[in-house]
Amino acid sequence: MPKLIITDRSGKKSEIEYDSNFTLMETLRDNGYDIEASCGGCCACATCHVYIDEKWTNKLKNMDDDEESMLDQAFDVNNNSRLSCQIELSEELDGLEIEIAPE
Amino acid sequence: MTENTDVVIIGAGPVGLFAVFELGLLNIKCNLVDNLDKVGGQCAELYPEKPIYDIPSRPVVTGQELTDELIKQINPFKPKFHLNQQVEKIAKTESGWIVETNIGTKVEAKCIVVAAGAGSFVPRKPPIENIENFENKNVFYAIRDKSIFKNKKILIAGGGDSALDWTNELSKDSNVTLIHRRKEFRAAPDSVSKMQELETKGKIKFLKGQIKKISKIQDSRIMLEYENDDEKSNIEVDYLLPFFGLKMELGPIAEWGLNLHENLIKVDTEKFQTSTPSIFAIGDINWYPGKLKLILSGFHESALMAQEVFKYCFPDKKNIFRYTTSSKELQKKLGV
Repeated sequence: MPKLIITDRSGKKSEIEYDSNFTLMETLRDNGYDIEASCGGCCACATCHVYIDEKWTNKLKNMDDDEESMLDQAFDVNNNSRLSCQIELSEELDGLEIEIAPE
Repeated sequence: MTENTDVVIIGAGPVGLFAVFELGLLNIKCNLVDNLDKVGGQCAELYPEKPIYDIPSRPVVTGQELTDELIKQINPFKPKFHLNQQVEKIAKTESGWIVETNIGTKVEAKCIVVAAGAGSFVPRKPPIENIENFENKNVFYAIRDKSIFKNKKILIAGGGDSALDWTNELSKDSNVTLIHRRKEFRAAPDSVSKMQELETKGKIKFLKGQIKKISKIQDSRIMLEYENDDEKSNIEVDYLLPFFGLKMELGPIAEWGLNLHENLIKVDTEKFQTSTPSIFAIGDINWYPGKLKLILSGFHESALMAQEVFKYCFPDKKNIFRYTTSSKELQKKLGV
């Protein structure tokens, strides 16, 4: 199984396996990470905010306008900010490193 | 003034609305309280335009369409809505409960049905250290009295409708600066072009960046430090108005002594009653083994809850199960 490398809010790094049929948000939530995702993943809130490791930012599909606008409701937004519900996992993302943004 | 009804429903989202229908068929009258200024809950506030595909018999329906159709469906039962307010306190009486909202509305009812979804929508507060010390003095998340801002220097933060609308409105009598992390805005195009016109004319200022620090300076003013691409700057103002949308929190419900399971209200799966008799919980706010947070589960829970509420409302009457397709009396209630 392909793997993700996750840094949680306390700074702890861990590896989790993932299934390509799910989004990054669904995978984080299923693995017990504290990610609110209050709208359930339809890009209507900004509570699944993550930072993508710089090595990977170019390998993801670009953000659409919807996601970019929703990020306006997040805080501590950086150039590598994304909403994890909008990231569809695929085999090519094996080894993706992300950090969960502060609440 | 105290309202009198059979059931007070806390939360006017899809499940709270459908509960009015199921209770109404059993002659049970309802009042609903919601913290938002409109009905529909998350469906209307978070995703009015987004499609939902798992409502039985509706291959696709948007959040707003679902809300509108539910309102149409419950209209024969004439529910009373108390919007823009949050239930703060509940008190037991001899015959039921009195619930009281933060603006003093009191509703007396035999049963309480909590259909509060993920909780109340409240303003999302920026994670700036010590900002709570300035709230309601220099920092406001909502505007009740705009006259206090007259001739003052104001910083408005955000890129949505509230931020842009207040920037345009307050620019008439105040010195307004708008701060946002980028030069694009999610607000309605009309408000955006108006703001840009005001900026061109020098009536407002725009700053690109995100606020990081707040501190007090002389004459009850505040200093805000903001960052844009790692470059730090400061601005001095009288007021900061952050508009970053809404988030949901359980709020006062947590204080009512109901048994909880990780911030959700525990219920049984026969009556959907909480640990306190005559208080029920349906929809996303409840928990039981196997719970799925689906609108359709909330609809099912409403129907079963209503059966038990009937016993509290009409202890001497027998509830005979009937179908809307065949019962003349039910059809009369529906006005069909």
